Amino acid sequence: MSFAVEFVSPESLLYSGESTQVVARTRGGGEIAFLTGHEPFIGSLLASEVRVTEVSGDIASFAVRSGFVSVTGTSVTVLSDEATLVDDIDVAVAKADLDAALEALKANEDDKFAAQDKQWAELKLRLASSD
Amino acid sequence: MPGGAERILRRRIGSVKNTKKITRAMELIAATRVARAQQRARAARPYSEQLTGVIEDLAAAGADVDHPLLRQAEKVERVAFVICAGDRGLAGGYNSGVIRAAEAEIQALRAAGGDYKIIAVGRKVNDYFTYRGFAIDTTFSGFTDNPSYENAREIARRVRDLFDSGEVDQVELIFTEFISMGTQTPAVRRFLPLESTETIAKSGGGDAEAVAGYSFEPSPEGVLEDLLPRYVEARLFAALLDAAASEHANRQRAMKAATENAEDLIVKLSREMNRARQESITTEIMEIVSGAESLGADQQDARTDLLIDHLNPDHLIAEHVHP
Repeated sequence: MSFAVEFVSPESLLYSGESTQVVARTRGGGEIAFLTGHEPFIGSLLASEVRVTEVSGDIASFAVRSGFVSVTGTSVTVLSDEATLVDDIDVAVAKADLDAALEALKANEDDKFAAQDKQWAELKLRLASSD
Repeated sequence: MPGGAERILRRRIGSVKNTKKITRAMELIAATRVARAQQRARAARPYSEQLTGVIEDLAAAGADVDHPLLRQAEKVERVAFVICAGDRGLAGGYNSGVIRAAEAEIQALRAAGGDYKIIAVGRKVNDYFTYRGFAIDTTFSGFTDNPSYENAREIARRVRDLFDSGEVDQVELIFTEFISMGTQTPAVRRFLPLESTETIAKSGGGDAEAVAGYSFEPSPEGVLEDLLPRYVEARLFAALLDAAASEHANRQRAMKAATENAEDLIVKLSREMNRARQESITTEIMEIVSGAESLGADQQDARTDLLIDHLNPDHLIAEHVHP
């Protein structure tokens, strides 16, 4: 049994396909896996990895900056302002982002936006290296 | 001076022809960019629709929190204006339309004793208000013809900083709405505080098939808390995309008009040039004719010794050549 998965971002439809299992990490809830027939669910995502098991058995792995996962019995939609396939992560860009964020944090420790940028850059670097 | 006027006109025609080539190229470029901007606006729609859909589901679940972005000020005294226009001119009335609408809003606020903050998006906005002596809070520029979501997020951060810290009670968004290829109008929209979730949900846009009985993680309020900032960014992004499409459409129209004007001018100048050429030819003929006539008149004159054949002492030369 499979269901439809979509990754929607403001710039484009990032991914669309059939899947048998999606694993995401929600704020406060830890990792959660969705199978066909999951109860209707809306969760707020942390900067984390989302893994989609395709019908063929391959796993597509995404880095998600923040966003939401909306689940009905027949579909899973991941809404994210910024998400990317782990294979597509540009390590050089992520490193530059991390440096910029650290610089900003040095100037102002309470800069919560820079803290988010730092977290996101670190996540991308971690996922890209573990790949 | 014969030929002088003609030469000047020929040079002018050459320069108008060059201008026409440039405006024509700009028109074509703008035309393809409108299409691309529209395409991007379409690509952004699923995201904002889904986002609104989630808000609908939240409203259905009865979630309503005391979120800072929803906080209504009792008395609106300080207002921030996010003014979105272009970095470049040559777009007809595009920039001035937005700027005029913005200035009217600001003046109305000042007349009512309020205080303003300007967040300028696009260099033209910054230039205009700086020149007029308005205080500019922040300027964002360099992307108005092709904005990315990152740009929207940066602006949203500044806006939320101002609003969350209570520096302003309200935020107005002024941009150009892209209604159709032929119609774009400046629009003034209240941006913050957001309407209540019920109002957002009712304004639609989301997939109406809201499924009851969602479970939320961490909680309906927790989801809403994360969602509203995204909603702010998405709305700003949609406005930027609308503005970009409008800018290109306006530029295309302006450049089309400029190309047509150049064509008219070329026709007019060519006629003038032909007339000038004809005039100089006529003048030359007149000079030759009158010269010949005066020669003919001189022959009957007493001073015949001054005529060429009298001054050319053939017989003397011949004596030297054939001794």
